[in-house]
Amino acid sequence: MDMPTPDPVVLAKKESLVQRLLSVLPPDAVVHDPVETRAYECDGLAAYKCPPLVAVLPGSTAEVSAVLKICHDMGVPVVPRGAGTSLSGGALPTADSVILGVARLNGVLETDYDNRFIRVQSGRTNLSVTGAVEENGFFYAPDPSSQLACAIAGNIAMNSGGAHCLKYGVTTNNLLGVTMVMMDGSVVEIGGAHLDAGGLDLLGLICGSEGQLGVVTEATLRILPKPEGARPLLIGFNSSEVAGACVSDIIRAGVLPVAIEFMDRPCIRATEAFAKPGYPDCEALLIVEVEGSEAEIDAQLGVIEDIARSHDPVELRASKSEDESARIWLGRKSAFGAMGQINDYMCLDGTIPVSSLPHVLGRISEMSVEYGLDVGNVFHAGDGNMHPLILYDANKPGDLELCEAFGADILKLCVEVGGCLTGEHGVGIEKRDLMPNQYGTDDLEVQLAVKDVFDPGWLLNPAKVFPLDVTQSRRGG
Amino acid sequence: MLRPESEAELSELVAQAAGPLAVQGGGTRIGAPAKDHVGLSASGLSGITLYEPGALTIVVGAGTPLAEVEAALDAEGQRLAFEPMDHRGLLGRVGTPTIGGVVAGNVSGPRRVSVGACRDFLLGVRFVDGQGRIIKNGGRVMKNVTGYDLVKLMAGSFGTLGVLSEVSLKVLPKTEMTNVLCITGLTDQDGVRAMSQALGSPYELTGAAHAPVGPDGEAATVFRLEGFESSVQYRAGKLAGLLGKFGQVEIETDQQKNQNLWQWFRDVRPFHGQGGDVWRISVKPTDGPGVGHALQGAELIYDWGGGLVWAQTKPGFDVRTRLREFQGHATLVRANEATLAKFTTFQPEPAPIAAITAGLRARFDPRDILNPGLMG
Ligand SMILES: Cc1cc2nc3c(=O)[nH]c(=O)nc-3n(C[C@H](O)[C@H](O)[C@H](O)COP(=O)(O)OP(=O)(O)OC[C@H]3O[C@@H](n4cnc5c(N)ncnc54)[C@H](O)[C@@H]3O)c2cc1C
Repeated sequence: MDMPTPDPVVLAKKESLVQRLLSVLPPDAVVHDPVETRAYECDGLAAYKCPPLVAVLPGSTAEVSAVLKICHDMGVPVVPRGAGTSLSGGALPTADSVILGVARLNGVLETDYDNRFIRVQSGRTNLSVTGAVEENGFFYAPDPSSQLACAIAGNIAMNSGGAHCLKYGVTTNNLLGVTMVMMDGSVVEIGGAHLDAGGLDLLGLICGSEGQLGVVTEATLRILPKPEGARPLLIGFNSSEVAGACVSDIIRAGVLPVAIEFMDRPCIRATEAFAKPGYPDCEALLIVEVEGSEAEIDAQLGVIEDIARSHDPVELRASKSEDESARIWLGRKSAFGAMGQINDYMCLDGTIPVSSLPHVLGRISEMSVEYGLDVGNVFHAGDGNMHPLILYDANKPGDLELCEAFGADILKLCVEVGGCLTGEHGVGIEKRDLMPNQYGTDDLEVQLAVKDVFDPGWLLNPAKVFPLDVTQSRRGG
Repeated sequence: MLRPESEAELSELVAQAAGPLAVQGGGTRIGAPAKDHVGLSASGLSGITLYEPGALTIVVGAGTPLAEVEAALDAEGQRLAFEPMDHRGLLGRVGTPTIGGVVAGNVSGPRRVSVGACRDFLLGVRFVDGQGRIIKNGGRVMKNVTGYDLVKLMAGSFGTLGVLSEVSLKVLPKTEMTNVLCITGLTDQDGVRAMSQALGSPYELTGAAHAPVGPDGEAATVFRLEGFESSVQYRAGKLAGLLGKFGQVEIETDQQKNQNLWQWFRDVRPFHGQGGDVWRISVKPTDGPGVGHALQGAELIYDWGGGLVWAQTKPGFDVRTRLREFQGHATLVRANEATLAKFTTFQPEPAPIAAITAGLRARFDPRDILNPGLMG
């Protein structure tokens, strides 16, 4: 993976940059010792590392603004960072960049149950947003598996999803407003506690812009009343194809589960060995969760069980207790970790039309043989968001490259069948060079023009999302 | 009126346009075109390209009549969950509403409060920008974070950034049954309180609206529940218990009556055929009654639990000045020429936001020919 050559002019300014940053931030908020900056050298895409020139940890919107003004003046690139769990290298620094971490901005500013929103600082973790409102019977719906660690800032930048987004939508569907600092230090307020934009939907544009348009410091989020209850159903099948058909039938039947998750045999086996959730050993497994009162849950599960039975399942197990529910979910939630026990892995994130599921799964297993690398599939089946996990050995020369080539082929296949390169993890550096597979020159040019409006100097997270050759004339120009 | 029959032809027409274009679908919605603008209708870009009920997705030409889309979905037991309003009665227009017009206006009805707006169901767009370039963004899958989300940006851009040629949408299954709970005689304040309480309960409302003068002439606060029969009945019972302290709760189970009632709210029926200005005001729900109070003399309808206030005022009444203390925005949906000369259709934006908007418009439409002036 290429990254731009660090700008020697910027590198040479380190000392004066640090001095200026120290003039607007407390000393412990400016990290410039080369040993300490290594703490920020990578994110969740750990195969790529590069310590930044400096890392800063501002504690207020005003401090963020002051930092950006300085970097803007001095022409220093800035990489915003939440918790650093990005799987696409979105928060990967370059050697000539300032990492702007929002971890200290973690407060709750306002909770309003009558109007069903919470306003938080953007460094607050996803799970602790729900934590702040659950005593009052509310929750924040988007629930990435990384929710214990990841920050709302990163969720907004990546438009993150979660297992329950089939019903509740992803971040963009639950975001009402942001306070954002532009690269020149000016502060803008977009949206608020009311619904829908007055003019252009800038909020929709900012969500998912991967830290390239501005630094989000505060967010107004929609909170929802907790359902009375929830219960999962486990269904095992002897073929992925049949599991796929079952998903489609469930959706058509008019029941709207909160989640439909899918795992294939390699994942089931790995998970069973790792977390012992008691899964059946079969070709494909679905976890379908529904919500409501006890009676409502029974009724919905009844409909789903009937559909499942018509597909000859090898296992059909509705949870009968909290305990059993937790065990069913435990397996799904530890799937990544379980695969990680076997070997290093790369997690892909393409989305495909649900109808292409059997075809794509079939092709992936053929390619797995061709490349000689094992793959496990665990994903959000209800919306076609796949997460093939390709196993490789980081210590074996050439294996990472092989794995990346395999991954690229899978993503191209996703685009070919009418899907896309990334459903929730973002483009980052990982899928940057694949963008022309999905978008033509003009499609990309319009997106670059959007960045030109927000950040004319291309200083915010400049080496991400778009192929480097496409952005070359803009970066540092 | 220019009426391209294909995306390629649309692209050529826009590239060659010598002056401003008034972009429209069926011409049934907001924004009266200036007289010197050449009409450009998307109605020739019609037809369903792809419909996969099992994947809850439909891809259609932007000029496809909304009725055609709704009929196709209905045949498979599905629908556009965001419940777009029909503006014809309110604006006194005739014509055929198109799906492109719905998307361009981000037109969303009462169910918006719980399931989301049109923009939340929009999966992908194809459009022609102001230079005639054909652009695509998003796609037909439910989750997509590949590159910037221009899909959201196009929803509600009212044709000022590009002319939509094709849209893909997420659809949802129709529900088996609807029950409506109604409390009569509440003040606006209490109506909104009751709605906040209901929307904060786990009973999954798909609508909460209040009219000081309801369909029967009395103040009516209404709550909608949809779903499988047994579930709706269960939730109706629970909700009635919860709301009992606000007044007597009646439960209406007649499906036709319920449909008419929500269309009454969705299309703001009492304001049809009248002469006043009509404003659509989006605020924090509990600010709704305050807004109503500040607009004393206006006729009011509250949707979205109080967060959407429809106000009919006497012509030329300065709504925005009176609402300064509230966060949100007011759109002038219906007005005579004298009012339009006084107020912009859309709420003027704070300078930094206006600068971003202007910057985007300059990139998408450098010649300023797509509905110029409409969004400022
Ligand atoms: C085990 C594991 C499981 C995961 N599961 C899921 C999942 O289920 N669903 C899902 O969607 N993702 C998942 N992820 C990916 C990741 O957690 C999300 O992308 C998350 O939103 C990143 O948040 P973060 O705070 O860690 O952001 P970071 O990694 O720090 O940054 C992510 C991006 O946000 C930008 N950014 C950060 N802060 C700001 C700011 N203040 N203003 C503007 N831009 C900013 C960064 O520049 C970067 O581009 C998973 C990751 C891991 C490691």
